[in-house]
Amino acid sequence: MRADPAGVLTGVHYLDGDFACGEGAMAAGCRFVAGYPITPSTEVVERIARRFPRMGGTFVQMEDELASMAAVVGASWTGTKSMTVTSGPGFSLMMENIGLAVMMETPCVVVNVQRGGPSTGLPTMVGQADMMQARWGSHGDYELIALCPQSPQEAFDLTIDAFNLSEQYRVPVLVMMDECVGHMTEKVIVRPAEDIEVVPRRLTAAPRGEFQPYRVDGRPVPEFARAGDGYRFHTTGLTHDERGYPVMNAECQEKCVRRLVDKIRGSAEQIVRFEEEGTEGADIVVVCYGITARVARLAVHLARERGVKAGVLRLVVVWPFPEQRIRELARHIRAFVVPEINYGQIVLEVERCAAGQAAVVPVPHGGGGVHDPSAICQSILRAAQ
Amino acid sequence: MTTSAYLREQRDLADGILRPGNTNCAGCGMSIGLQWLEQALENERPTLCIPACCGIVTAGSFPTSAYGVPTVATTFASSAAVATGVASVYAMNGEKDLTICWTGDGGTYDIGVATLSAAAERNEDLLYVCYDNEIYGNTGGQRSSATPRGVKTSTTPKGKAEPKKDMMAIMAAHRIPYAATLSVAHREDFLRKVRTARRTKGFRFLLMLSPCPTGWKSEPEDSVDLILTAVRCGLFPLYEVFEGRRYRINARPDGEPLESYISRQRRYRSELLDLDALRAGIEAQWAYLEAMERTFPAGEHE
Repeated sequence: MRADPAGVLTGVHYLDGDFACGEGAMAAGCRFVAGYPITPSTEVVERIARRFPRMGGTFVQMEDELASMAAVVGASWTGTKSMTVTSGPGFSLMMENIGLAVMMETPCVVVNVQRGGPSTGLPTMVGQADMMQARWGSHGDYELIALCPQSPQEAFDLTIDAFNLSEQYRVPVLVMMDECVGHMTEKVIVRPAEDIEVVPRRLTAAPRGEFQPYRVDGRPVPEFARAGDGYRFHTTGLTHDERGYPVMNAECQEKCVRRLVDKIRGSAEQIVRFEEEGTEGADIVVVCYGITARVARLAVHLARERGVKAGVLRLVVVWPFPEQRIRELARHIRAFVVPEINYGQIVLEVERCAAGQAAVVPVPHGGGGVHDPSAICQSILRAAQ
Repeated sequence: MTTSAYLREQRDLADGILRPGNTNCAGCGMSIGLQWLEQALENERPTLCIPACCGIVTAGSFPTSAYGVPTVATTFASSAAVATGVASVYAMNGEKDLTICWTGDGGTYDIGVATLSAAAERNEDLLYVCYDNEIYGNTGGQRSSATPRGVKTSTTPKGKAEPKKDMMAIMAAHRIPYAATLSVAHREDFLRKVRTARRTKGFRFLLMLSPCPTGWKSEPEDSVDLILTAVRCGLFPLYEVFEGRRYRINARPDGEPLESYISRQRRYRSELLDLDALRAGIEAQWAYLEAMERTFPAGEHE
């Protein structure tokens, strides 16, 4: 389906990542946003608050982030594409309702413009330390999808992709930006609406008496009935059967939660996305994402000048993790080098997948700035020795 | 002045609540409030619990930190809960130290209202002060539920459609021992109310209208006069509520037109500004307060 032109600001713009993310959401058909002010993400909702009246969207400034995420769940169950935007402390407050959205299979998008943490940390400065929280922050076993833009252009493009994935898999999709990408201003090309593919909500056509909200008939994801469409309707965070009603036993738990996990794991190879540069025949592969990918490229260039066969694997989708590709590379290379603005998060995944077949070298940074490319280069050179 | 007198003065300043020299905006009402709080409490050194708000930016970085008393920076939603822990242990240890929540309107009216309500209901022995600048100042000026109707903010570009939440009525409904409004243009009234709050046991709530030139788009030198005008035109009533039931009004409107308050703040230049609605709100508020004071007057010695 083509995008609704009302939300598409076609043209060549000079935008920061936060504004571009807001434009991406509107282009994707998002018409409900709930949020609470928090640096460095507030510009996303400020942009949307100004632009929404022209396309009939609703922005609600909520009383906190618990309420913001909860309102997004409610709005999504009316069939409206919905989003919230936050940063570290607010992301923590959203965790319970993100779990609810996962359990109820609520399509929605959560943007986290990461800043230095933990706690209040560095409100106006960069961090990438919420990557594991994105994966494991809510309680219980679940899977979701997380994307990591490296530029304002990608903040626009990946926010559209996030909405599409959330509709396709009926799961919250996280856009894990960082303060640098959020606040950097670059050229952003917004394509005409007819060139933007959007995935609509897959509504059921079942007869009224036969619809069951969680019956999948062998498909990974059930069909959707909007609250108020006239179908018998129940959705809950309790373990539930195909009718949507709670069933408290191990058999139903296995069936219900197993499907939630498998719908992402089983499609992981279609969801994962990464970019490679110079990994063919490389001895060293730098695994990176977000703003750090842009720093790492210079480091790889410097290492190549010194004769090291180094390449880059940039994660565009971070969750699910590209396990298979990392395993393949591990068989042929000497080492992975993993720079990230935290004290070692995604590097643990790389290490797990490398499984001892290649060395894995973390290049941590505590936040408040980006890596010095020469520090990454030094790690590459040492790993190549 | 002798050297030793100078050093003593410097030490006294360093031990006060708000030290001289901080990064607050010119014309900030919160800065006046902190200085008057210190004067009202004389030599007492309270413990401050401050959530995310301009007040915690005031604290600054070492060695230029502006607070001369123990300060706990809490998460946004939880100053009253953190203060509950602090005050409970002081009580357990038989210490008389005063615990103060110093919070903005976002942390009071919005995200912090659950912890505030719960602490009030438990009648925790602490003093809660809200400096209400009617905006999220720290994040660059978004609306809060304390923002008045018609005010333009970055998230209400056409002006806010809803009226301001009546926090005093909410706190009175908790039947707490003492609640009062504070004006940075009425010093004697301000000091007296802080002292009354200090003498009172249990949960005490003080609400201060805090001028914010940055958010209100007003001139810094107008700040105090704006609050004087807000009181004179009836927009910000000065009153006290004892046990949530007995009322005393401290100043009545004197006919000052509302326009002289509105016209000096560019935040009110919005599509949704409706002066008649604002005036009707003020009249309804006064009818309510007068009726409450007439029917349930505060005792002579309260």
